[in-house]
Amino acid sequence: MAELTEPRTEVMTVNIGPHHPATHGVLRLIVDLEGEVVQDLKPVIGYVHTGIEKSCEDKSYWKVIPFVERMDYVSYFFQMEAFCGAVERLIELEIPPRAKYLRTIFLELNRIHSHLVWLGTTALDLGAISMLWYCFRERDKILDLFEMAAGQRMHTRYFQVGGVIEDIPLGFEAKCRAFAEEMPIRVGQYEDLLDRNEVFLQRTKGTGIVSRERLLELGVSGPLLRAAGEPWDLRKAFDYLAYPELDFKIPVGTVGDNYDRYRVRVAEMVESARIVAQCLDALPEGPFIADDRKYVLPPRSELSTSMESLIHHFKLVTEGYRVDPGEVYYSIESPRGELGCMVLADGSAKPARVHFRDPSFVNLQAFRDMAVDGYVADMIASLGMLDPILGGVDR
Amino acid sequence: MPDGPGLELLRGEIDADLAGVVLDTSYAKERAVLIVDPARVRDVLTWLRDTPGQGYRFLSSLHAADYLPAQPRFAVHYELLNRDRVERLRVKALLADPGEDALPEIDSCVELFPTAEFQEREAYDFFGIVFKGHPDLTRILLPEDYVGWPQRRDFPVGGEPVTFTYNERNYG
Repeated sequence: MAELTEPRTEVMTVNIGPHHPATHGVLRLIVDLEGEVVQDLKPVIGYVHTGIEKSCEDKSYWKVIPFVERMDYVSYFFQMEAFCGAVERLIELEIPPRAKYLRTIFLELNRIHSHLVWLGTTALDLGAISMLWYCFRERDKILDLFEMAAGQRMHTRYFQVGGVIEDIPLGFEAKCRAFAEEMPIRVGQYEDLLDRNEVFLQRTKGTGIVSRERLLELGVSGPLLRAAGEPWDLRKAFDYLAYPELDFKIPVGTVGDNYDRYRVRVAEMVESARIVAQCLDALPEGPFIADDRKYVLPPRSELSTSMESLIHHFKLVTEGYRVDPGEVYYSIESPRGELGCMVLADGSAKPARVHFRDPSFVNLQAFRDMAVDGYVADMIASLGMLDPILGGVDR
Repeated sequence: MPDGPGLELLRGEIDADLAGVVLDTSYAKERAVLIVDPARVRDVLTWLRDTPGQGYRFLSSLHAADYLPAQPRFAVHYELLNRDRVERLRVKALLADPGEDALPEIDSCVELFPTAEFQEREAYDFFGIVFKGHPDLTRILLPEDYVGWPQRRDFPVGGEPVTFTYNERNYG
């Protein structure tokens, strides 16, 4: 009789994905469950591997930019900046101050955009459906700004090696400033919806905790690391673009649970809006792209009058520019952490290797630590808070 | 980033403890690179991580590269980061191609830096570099039954032929 009354446990292996709405892309999870408790977990990736890095080897440098944008399709400006920045360091091309500020504006708008997509979809996973509509309402305003400046809402190809492709149009500044003023108010409204929502708090507080030391071992960076109390942000640590001249704070958490991850990202949105406003105030006059005809296309208006410009234009568009042999690793703070780009040049007009250190790819390794010994429902919350973009993971 | 003289000082310190392990240094475009003996790359990484005053405890990135036609052909780059001093250092191990179907080998650093697990699998997947001692060295992004090492420079860029029924019917 004794063996009949003893609780029976058996481990069941469940396959989640690759097509599952809660995995935010084509991520497949193999989960060992004992009852509802996760015993072990293994992420299986590669379902949207498209060989972008290999394709880049077959394109001249300026044609690589739209390719790399399509890796992490939510933070495309960051991919562009990582690649263009790496090439600029290879050819030692200084970009003009106005370009630095313009790039900073678009990066920070993109950071808000990325966090909005994260907040909307993650809150949706946790049952707060209305958040999705509110977040995507603001996201649309950011896309309007991108469209205004670059002509495209997503994958704008706005950054060029040497600066940006076009100056911002008339009216952009006012619209952008209005958005930067509005955004902190909207963030306050999101917080009102979620911060005292019992369901949301129960699902996020105390779940998915990973210690700071373990996160560092696993190479995790970005909001996940900051939520565990480590104030590490490449925008402060390294000197790039206009960040050294701006005043902004780095939000950090204390416990490192899913609630802290939410708090950190929401606070980051407010800081990003502040950065955008400061950049607009301090936006220097002058050229928006470097004046180096070896690397940068001449202005369109010169083509009909100057033979020299026409030659430069022809050479840049047909063969592209050659880059002396060398290799550079350049990394920036993307919405998910350290986004690094390694460009290896072999002296030809095409890169010999373009490799991205994608933060989603590296951060995904922390998912097992976040989910094991928790419930399945907490695993879904943790995955949302991890915020992987599978396009970036698989490249 | 250690500057040029700083890099030479660092090389001297490593040489005092691990004689002959640093084969060369290079300092270009404000990037410091240590080129080390691939057989002892774990010793160097351990030294850089644990020696007091060094503290390169964060492995930002690990990438592989193929320098064809140069010899030795392959390289594994370790982008180390010292978060206290905010310095980056690249450790580079050059690997010769053993030829034919044999794969180049190097010690895994997963025990030192658990973050390298996915990244070493990625390097294996695309370049066929074997990391000895890796807990689960399998393909990560490509299908398990894939044949070849596609990021190598001698692997052609190309697609699979797509047969359209129209073409098949009319010209096939």
